[in-house]
Amino acid sequence: MNFSAPPPLNPWTTHSVEVVDVVPEILGVATYQLRFTDPLVRAAYSCVPGQFNMLYLPGVGEAAVSVSGHDVAGDAWLHTVRTAGGVTQTLAGLGIGGNLALRGPFGTSWPVERFPGSDIVFVAGGIGLAPLRPAVEWALDHGDRLGRITLLYGARSPGTVLFASQFDAWRDRGLCIDVTVDRSDPGWLGRVGVVTLLVDRLRPLAPENTILLTCGPEVMMRYVARAALDRGLSAEQIWVSLERNMQCAVGFCGHCQLGPAFICKDGPVFPYDRMAPYLNTEDL
Amino acid sequence: MTKRPSVAVFKFASCDGCQLTLLDCEDELLALGEKLDIPYFLEATDRREPGPYDVALVEGSITTPHDARRILEVRQQTKFLVTIGACATAGGIQALRNWADHADVLNAVYASPQYIASLATSTAIADHVPVDFELRGCPIDKRQLLEVVRALIAGRRPKTPSHSVCLDCKRRGTVCVVVARGVPCLGPVTQSGCGAICPAYDRGCYGCFGPSVQPNLISLTTQFQRQGTARPDLVRGLRLFNAYAPEFRRECDRLDPATEEPR
Amino acid sequence: MTSGSPGLDQPLFLPRERLGALISELQSRGYIVVGPVIRQAAIVYDELYTVDDLPRGWTDLQEAGTYRLERRADEQYFGYVVGPHSWKQFLFPPVATVATAVATEAGWNVTAADGRDAPQFAFFGMRACELAAVAVQDRVFIQKDYADPIYKARRDKAFFVAVNCTQAAPTCFCASMNTGPRCTVGFDLALTEIDDGFVVEIGGERGRNVIVALGLAAATNDALRDAEAARRRAADGQTRSMPTEGLRDLLVGNPNHPRWTEVAERCLSCTNCTQVCPTCFCSSVREVTDLDVRQVERRREWDSCFNFDFSYMNGGVVRNSVRSRYRQWLTHKLATWHDQFGESGCVGCGRCITWCPVEIDLTAEVAAIRGDVS
Repeated sequence: MNFSAPPPLNPWTTHSVEVVDVVPEILGVATYQLRFTDPLVRAAYSCVPGQFNMLYLPGVGEAAVSVSGHDVAGDAWLHTVRTAGGVTQTLAGLGIGGNLALRGPFGTSWPVERFPGSDIVFVAGGIGLAPLRPAVEWALDHGDRLGRITLLYGARSPGTVLFASQFDAWRDRGLCIDVTVDRSDPGWLGRVGVVTLLVDRLRPLAPENTILLTCGPEVMMRYVARAALDRGLSAEQIWVSLERNMQCAVGFCGHCQLGPAFICKDGPVFPYDRMAPYLNTEDL
Repeated sequence: MTKRPSVAVFKFASCDGCQLTLLDCEDELLALGEKLDIPYFLEATDRREPGPYDVALVEGSITTPHDARRILEVRQQTKFLVTIGACATAGGIQALRNWADHADVLNAVYASPQYIASLATSTAIADHVPVDFELRGCPIDKRQLLEVVRALIAGRRPKTPSHSVCLDCKRRGTVCVVVARGVPCLGPVTQSGCGAICPAYDRGCYGCFGPSVQPNLISLTTQFQRQGTARPDLVRGLRLFNAYAPEFRRECDRLDPATEEPR
Repeated sequence: MTSGSPGLDQPLFLPRERLGALISELQSRGYIVVGPVIRQAAIVYDELYTVDDLPRGWTDLQEAGTYRLERRADEQYFGYVVGPHSWKQFLFPPVATVATAVATEAGWNVTAADGRDAPQFAFFGMRACELAAVAVQDRVFIQKDYADPIYKARRDKAFFVAVNCTQAAPTCFCASMNTGPRCTVGFDLALTEIDDGFVVEIGGERGRNVIVALGLAAATNDALRDAEAARRRAADGQTRSMPTEGLRDLLVGNPNHPRWTEVAERCLSCTNCTQVCPTCFCSSVREVTDLDVRQVERRREWDSCFNFDFSYMNGGVVRNSVRSRYRQWLTHKLATWHDQFGESGCVGCGRCITWCPVEIDLTAEVAAIRGDVS
């Protein structure tokens, strides 16, 4: 018998998707529910928490967007996007029923299933909660296999807390959530300060039995990692999701390199110990 | 059908070559007429409708007190102002007067200079009013102009490349004239746009599209001097259509300390 | 073996006047034969129609920032090294369509390139460093999970006629990169030019099928000895070198070395080195559309890590200085390429040295960093 590996895939192949719903989240951010037009693709597609898709708006370009959830009933994949450049502006203008193309999934995943029995600490900043959400959902779904599950979340202001309406349901399912904002508003009764402080304050913490998964601005993740190291976690227990200019998504175009890594295919999720030296070099 | 964007075309001190590029879009011209409302474009039509305009394409530099006032009016009537060509973006070839005595120039050119009201300098539009997008070149490139038009129709910001001419030479397989012939060439410090025409005909780049991003003029001119190009020749090479673009201006002045301080 | 019917993998002798027959044989098999020709005062790669297109009797004089053609004293066909072009332009074209999109009633109809229309090339005159460079790009574009359809289709069809160098330019350093000058693997046929013809080595079944058609005799011992001597000249003639010992750690470990600032004062960030490099693979995809945006081409073009906006992200540029861009290029080429692909990204061809308009020499930059540190 000859068990040959499947042939490599064509990275430029896209699939047609339809915008089945658009959920406004915070100012300038919306979640797009995208469903494959072709039922066969719908049945075949799957991805794991932390991976991303390339969303393609013909004539405008592509954007790399992490999958932020899966609507099982509607068979739609959720993509939470901040409207910024040409692609995201055009996406925002499509509306429900709009058509675009998608290729993916690409990249590495959050290692939530690799640490049975561990406590998991998710640390998110701003819209960085979106790529973490599927991992949070997975952890809550498999709570019996895991220890304590915590989400530490930092936003600029009370009005920019992403997925806030979901927090109560998450708490009911056993997630410990601690939220802080950089600037408070009148009426905000929660914490004020950077999310790193929540790592400092985290109790209880069993460093030897904890993994920390973080996503947010790069500078935030650096400080979060430092705080976690100070709390006794080792660099191998920390995972970060990095962002660079991802264009081809498979390591062919060179744009997203950071040190030895192609963020698109070696990441976006990395063990912190692998990338720490490169995160601390200016302009790399 | 959404409203067609209105595009007005204005001319200041210039040769009209960039406006002609618009008319040179032969294959696309009919479609352009359908996609765009063109209320003001004297080179092409008698229609002269007042603003406000969605977009103004502005050709030419500011050389007279009258034009210095007129560009303010254009700006006031325009949502998105695009300068087209080296005159509008850098002052053009006529900015050579910025290194000369204005009265001498007037007397040399005009029989009755007393009737002439002009400024001592030729300056870029951006020196007078805020500019939303610059389309470089002497003249501008048709493909880049069409990119601007497509962006306007789609309601997005235009995108034109900022890399050096060298990359275009390499993509089309042109052999480097600096290395293979010792010909001075501004390609390494000039922004892409023309498609790298001159080196394909064994000549150095004249810098028609102006300085590239973060250009290293000193290194390049030092190398050319080492290869035998005289300083005055380098100064002349830089004092062309984009002479008054800040990076070129600084370098030709550095190479030519004898010149008067430019105004 | 009896004389007159040489063993198939024994080197054969191709008389000089029959070189054209090899080109014709390839053409008759449907190959577009590309090889060295003189254009614009340099030896570049373009389609060969007959043997007379080759730059017979010419050689190249190279130094950092300088390339000149000169007549040779003899009539050698391959008496030069490498020029500004590499075979990269045929396998990984400077401009290619990776997908097209057409607007229909039912939405966008996007079609990805599949390489089905790939031309069938025979590369005539590949040097050892160039065979190595193709192998380097194979690992970039043909990976386990994904393969670039344009590259792979062209690569699968391509026939490689290698030529062993019989001289070295002052810019050559393949010996120190262990990629040459001798062609050892990766070719279908390999020629070594001697006085009256070529010793031909056969790289495999495909090469054998082609060369058999020419009915050549085995190379004599004299011919083999002459070929060996000619090849040795290319090895002995190399004056530049890149000491690779500890090179990866040296560069990765010195991101703040003052030499990066110093070289940035000379570097034009013009992209020439990356474009002539036979292994550099950076590209960008651009949307090319009609006015209506009904017909869209996704056009992939060579790009470069030296371009200001290459690292653009979220409204900012990561590598916002020539210093950081030169550092990225050199460190990637010589150091982190090992992390990514298990080998160096440099094959020692010297193109980046010759074709840098301001004479930047990567071997000198490495020596400066190494000298200051060790």
